[in-house]
Amino acid sequence: MLQPLLRTMRDSARDLTPIILVIATFQVLVLRQPIPDFLDLMVGCACVVVGLALFVHGLEAGLFPIGSMLADGLARKASLPWLLVFAFGLGFGTTVAEPALIAVTEEAARVAAEEGIVGRGTEEQDAYALGLRLSVAVAVGFAGLVGVYRILRGWPIHYLIIGGYTAIVVLTWFAPPAIIGIAYDSGGVTTGTVTVPLITALGIGLASSIRGRNPLTDGFGLIAFASLTPMAAVMLYGLLAGAIGRGLG
Amino acid sequence: MIGFLVDAAMLLLGVAVDVAPIVIVLFAFQRFVVGRPIPNPRAVVVGLVYVTVGLGLFLIGLEKALFPLGRSMAQQLSDPAFLGVSGGGALGWEHYAWVYLFAAAIGFSTTIAEPSLLAVSIKANEVSGGAIGVTGLRVAVAIGVAIGVTIGVLRIVTGTPLHYYIIAGYALVLIQTTMAPRGIVALAYDSGGVTTSTVTVPIVTALGLGLASSVPGRSPTLDGFGLIAFASLCPIMAVLAYAQASRWRASRRG
Repeated sequence: MLQPLLRTMRDSARDLTPIILVIATFQVLVLRQPIPDFLDLMVGCACVVVGLALFVHGLEAGLFPIGSMLADGLARKASLPWLLVFAFGLGFGTTVAEPALIAVTEEAARVAAEEGIVGRGTEEQDAYALGLRLSVAVAVGFAGLVGVYRILRGWPIHYLIIGGYTAIVVLTWFAPPAIIGIAYDSGGVTTGTVTVPLITALGIGLASSIRGRNPLTDGFGLIAFASLTPMAAVMLYGLLAGAIGRGLG
Repeated sequence: MIGFLVDAAMLLLGVAVDVAPIVIVLFAFQRFVVGRPIPNPRAVVVGLVYVTVGLGLFLIGLEKALFPLGRSMAQQLSDPAFLGVSGGGALGWEHYAWVYLFAAAIGFSTTIAEPSLLAVSIKANEVSGGAIGVTGLRVAVAIGVAIGVTIGVLRIVTGTPLHYYIIAGYALVLIQTTMAPRGIVALAYDSGGVTTSTVTVPIVTALGLGLASSVPGRSPTLDGFGLIAFASLCPIMAVLAYAQASRWRASRRG
């Protein structure tokens, strides 16, 4: 019980180490200033390392076994509608729980409030952040659904990639400028700790249960597609939120 | 004390709501579609407690450490007093050299330390039959990310539109895809995620936003985002380019 926890703790400490080293080097050699609020930072770093370790350990012990077993089992047996519902639910659910996405949408809401795009109240900021997160989650769910259907039909992945990419370019023309940066960043954020293992398990399970599909390329194709759709979805969210805002104002 | 407990309870409640959708999806399918009880329910419940407490702690650390670190580095390194340009003279993009160096260092060091990049490199070595070196690829990708994040920071300082860079980048990736060795393409696309670990994303985001709010004339919402987009585009380009260079070198030798 304790050993895997120590291992995940070492992993999250290793993620943080290069950043701390670079920042410390710059503080000492370039800025020549003590780090402000040093104690708070240390406590915060400890929270990050321990928290991330507990999170990953809990996922590995509790959720991933059921998730991969289900993904594999459903890929082999379930009817098409259930499979599609599962693919959507898996993409949506894992993305809502993705820590990096929570972080980015929180920051996005804070700067949006500072620039008067949304109200300054905590509730308005939270609603904006939640709206962003839910658009990304729906997008990843949609990507899972389409990706599963693609594997079943045997469409080549690059049709989806090029299609998704074209949609992004078109949407960029119409989307409000303030949303474009967050939209483009959200693509990289979703390929994180929770989403990748479960979505990949579904893709690989599905690809290996159908003859003539390559588990490697088809399994990973889901992730590539899942990092395109959030960009489109966040820009759509920006368009919609803008339209509703104008309607009310 | 009571205030603290209420805060902690609210935080845990919020986190539980974040985790709820995936738990509901998994349990509902296990119970009603597969029609079997949850195997090993005790481990699942203990795991869920870990997930909830862990995510809660991570969010506290985010507010206390990761966001402030990124923000304060951006502010300190772009402070006119530190840059030696007092007297209110206009700052051009060339004055922010330390910021570029810092961005490059963060990009390089987080990428080279990333375990999933090592996994990708080993796989690329196998797929290419040894033509692609493991260490060579890792260094190439890390340099690629360093250059990418630096260009991203330069873009924030100059305030040029993000989508020009990213659209041009994707167009380049498409061209590279048509010319790269077949076996490497899926792997290259997969490597887009290697630089965006859960710890790196918040720091890099805070760095960009902090920079956009301290450089005169920039707005955080318009200019501050985009570093993550650069950081996930560059590994794809770097892997494709390295694979192609390796093949070219091998064909010249043979």
